Amino acid sequence: MSATPVLVMQDICKSFPGVTALKDAQLRLFPGEVHAVMGQNGAGKSTLIKVLTGVETPDSGEILLDGRPIQPKSVDEAQKIGISTVFQEVNLCPNLSVAENIFIGRFPIRGIAIDWKAIEREAKAALAALNIHVDVTRTLSEYPVAIQQMVAIARALSTEAQVLVLDEPTSSLDEDEVERLFDALRELKRKGIAILFVTHFLDQTYAISDRITVLRNGEFIGEYAASAISRLELINTMVGREIDEAGFAAQSAADAAPPSEYPFVTVKGLGAAGRMHPIDLNIYRGQVLGLGGLLGSGRTETARMLFGIDRADSGTIAIDGAPVRLSSPRKAVQQGIAFCPEDRKTEGIVADLSIRENIILALQARRGIFRYLPRRVQSAMADQFIKQLGIRTPDAEKPIGQLSGGNQQKALLARWLATEPKMLILDEPTRGIDIAAKLEIMDLVKTQCRKGLAILFISSEMSEVLRVSDRIAVLRDRRKVGEIEGKAADEQSVFRMIAGAEA
Amino acid sequence: MKATLLRLTRSHLFWPCVTLVLLCLVNVHFNPGFFDIEIKDGHLYGSVIDILNRAAPLMLIAMGMTLVIATRGIDISVGATVAIAGAVAASLIGGSLVIKEGVQTYVSNTPMPLAFAAALAVALLCGLWNGLLVAGAGMQPIVATLILMVAGRGVAQLITEGQIVTVYYEPFFFIGNGFIFGIPVSLYIVAAVLGILLLLTQRTALGLFIESVGINPVASRFSGISARALVFWVYAFCSVTAGIAALIITSNVKSADANNAGLLLELDAILAVALGGTSLSGGRFYLIGTLVGALIIQTLTYAIYSLGVPPEINMVVKAIVVFGVCIIQSPALRDLLLKHALRSGGPA
Repeated sequence: MSATPVLVMQDICKSFPGVTALKDAQLRLFPGEVHAVMGQNGAGKSTLIKVLTGVETPDSGEILLDGRPIQPKSVDEAQKIGISTVFQEVNLCPNLSVAENIFIGRFPIRGIAIDWKAIEREAKAALAALNIHVDVTRTLSEYPVAIQQMVAIARALSTEAQVLVLDEPTSSLDEDEVERLFDALRELKRKGIAILFVTHFLDQTYAISDRITVLRNGEFIGEYAASAISRLELINTMVGREIDEAGFAAQSAADAAPPSEYPFVTVKGLGAAGRMHPIDLNIYRGQVLGLGGLLGSGRTETARMLFGIDRADSGTIAIDGAPVRLSSPRKAVQQGIAFCPEDRKTEGIVADLSIRENIILALQARRGIFRYLPRRVQSAMADQFIKQLGIRTPDAEKPIGQLSGGNQQKALLARWLATEPKMLILDEPTRGIDIAAKLEIMDLVKTQCRKGLAILFISSEMSEVLRVSDRIAVLRDRRKVGEIEGKAADEQSVFRMIAGAEA
Repeated sequence: MKATLLRLTRSHLFWPCVTLVLLCLVNVHFNPGFFDIEIKDGHLYGSVIDILNRAAPLMLIAMGMTLVIATRGIDISVGATVAIAGAVAASLIGGSLVIKEGVQTYVSNTPMPLAFAAALAVALLCGLWNGLLVAGAGMQPIVATLILMVAGRGVAQLITEGQIVTVYYEPFFFIGNGFIFGIPVSLYIVAAVLGILLLLTQRTALGLFIESVGINPVASRFSGISARALVFWVYAFCSVTAGIAALIITSNVKSADANNAGLLLELDAILAVALGGTSLSGGRFYLIGTLVGALIIQTLTYAIYSLGVPPEINMVVKAIVVFGVCIIQSPALRDLLLKHALRSGGPA
C-alpha cells in the first residue's frame, strides 16, 4: 500500500427533500487496497457511492482523484476518468448477449464495422478471468442472476479503472462464486487498483478488506484497519448500540413453539420436469421450516410451486389434509399462503405506488375490486404496520421505491401480515439488508411464528437458516437429500449433507 | 403565496391546463368572439361549444386509451374499430323517408336500439380480440393491436360493401347533432362515461389494480391480482369507447365511410393521453388530464382552421405546435428553465 491516497472524499454533504443523506462524510482510498464501507440501511453508503460515481451531485465537499478535484456528472464521465462501478441492482440489458453487455457503449471498431470477433474473444477472456465459462453469444436473461452479476463485474473490470466501486456485489452470489470474485479482486489489488466494497456481510468484509470506513445516519464514524477492529466492535460502531447476536439465537431456541400435531401443508412428490425433482415436505403451524442448500439447489423453485407461480407436473399439495390445486398465486393467497419473493425490486414492490397502497395491495386483491377498503381504513392499517414493524418513513404516502431495502422488506412483510396468512414463504428476506434490520425482521418472523403462523424460510446464509429454523430440509441439485431438526443441526452437519456424505 | 404557486405547478393538471389556456388566448387574439356563446333555437351556440362537441369522440376514446396505457399497453386499433362499429350502425339503420297516411315518417331498416347494441357488441368483440392477443397470448400490445388496425378497415369495407353508407333516418342524427337543455348530446355521453370511470377507478380498487399492474405486473400477480384478466377487460373497454365514439361520428356526418371514419384517431387519442400527463410507460393515470389533452388537440385544430392556414400545410403547423407542447411538458427541460430562471432572478 502506498502512502498517498488515490481518492479522497472530504466533507461531503448531500440532502434530499426532508432527509440529510450525508453530513461531512469522509473517505480515503489507497491504491492496491480493498476498502469496505459499512453501515446500516440509510447510513448513507449508497449516497456516498452515488456522489462518487456521478449519479448524484454533492451539495458541498470535495472529491480528489490523484490530488486533482473532480466533479463527475454521470456514471459515464466517472468511468472515463477511471472510476468504474458495479451497482447493487444489476444494471445490464437482459435482451442483449453477454458479450454485448460487457462491451456496450465501447464496441471495438475494425475498419468501419464493429469487430464482433474481438468482442466475443475479449468477453470470453474477461469472464475467464473471473473463472466463469459461458457462451457469451447467448442472451443475458438466459443466465441466472449470479452469472449476470459476474457479467456486470466483468464489464466494470474490462475498462481501465484506477478505482473500482462494488455496491453489494455478492448479495446474489453463492459461496463458491464469492470466492471466485474475491480471487479476481485480489488479482486486481496486486495490479494496484483501489477497490471500494460495500457489503452487509461481515464474513466477507473480514475476508477481503484491508480497511473499513463506517457510516451512521449519514455521518462519518471512523476509519479502521480490518485487522484492528473486532466483529462485535464493528457491529456496535455501525449500530451505535450494543447488539448481541448470540443472545438472539439463544432466545429464539428457547421460545420454539410446540408444533401442532398435523401439518398445515403436506407436500407429496411435488415436482416439475427440468426444474425440480419430486419433493416431500410437511409444514406445521407455529414452526419454521428452513430450506437449506446452495444457490440453484431448488429452494426458490420449491417456493414458486407452493405459491402457484410455476406449475408442478407431478405430486400433490394438501392443506389441513384436504388436497388443493394451486394453479396461480391468486389461488394460493385464497388458501392463506403468502410469499415474499427473492427479487424484491422486480417481484415484490410496486415502486411508484405509496407505502400505504403497497401494504394493502394483497388484502385488497383478496377482497376483490368492489369491496374497496375505505381510504381511512387503508391509512389506519398502513400507519399501524409502519409503527409495529418500525418502517422508517415520514409518512405512508411516500412511494415505496424511495425507501431503503430493509424498510421495503418490512413493508412487504406488512403487505402479507395484513392478509392474516396461515403460511408465509420467505425467500431471501434479508438480502441486501443491514444487520440491525435483519435481526428486526428475523424477530418479527419469530413473533408471527409463535402466534401460530407456518413459515417456510429460505436463505443462502446458512447461519441464518440455522438460527431461525425449527427443522431444516436440505436440498442439493434440485432434490431433497434430507431433513434435520433445527436444534441438532450445525453448519457442518448441513454442509455434510449437501456434500453428499451420509450424516 | 409562493408555496401555493409551487404546489400548483406540481399538480399534473397544471401544464395541460396552461397549454389549453394559451391555445384559447391565441384563438381569442385572432377571433375576438371566440368565447362568445349565444342561444340560438333554444340551444347554446359558439366556438367553445363547437370545440367541445367535436372533441367528444376523441375524449371518449382517449379515456379508454388512458386505462390501456396505464397497464403499460397501447391500442392502435381504435380507429379501425370506429370504422367497423360505424359501418355496422349505418348499415343496420340505413333508413328512408316514407309518407304514411299523409305524414312524413322516417323508417329504419333495423330498430335503432338494436342497431346501437349491435355496433357496440361488434366493438366489444374487437376489444375481446385485442385482449385475447395481449393478455391471453402474451403478444406485445402494439403488435397485437396492429393486426386489427390493418385488418379492421377491410372488415368495415366488407360490411359496407365498399360503398359509403348514407343514413336517412332522422332520429339517429340526434346523438351526434342534437341538444338536451341546450347542450350537445355527445357531451352528456362523455360526462356519463367519465362519471362511470371515476366511480370505478376511485371508489373501487380498479384504479389501484390498474396502476399496480402497469408499474409492476409480476409483483401485482404475486400479490394475488388477476393481472391478465384485468388487462383483458381494459382492452375490451377501450374498444367499447371506440364503439360509442363511432355512433357519435357516424351520426354527426350521417354516413359511414370505411376508409376514412376515425382515420388516425388512435394517434390523437395516444397524444391526448400523453398531453394529459399519463406516462406511456404505464402506472399512474389521469383521466381529467386526458380530457384536457383531447381539448388541446381539438382547440388546436380549430385554431388552425380559423387562422386560415392553408389545408395543405395544416398538418405541419399542428406538428410544430404538438412538438412545442411536448417540449414544455418535458420535466428535464422544465428543470433546466427553472434553474436558469433562478440564476437570472438572483437570490430569492
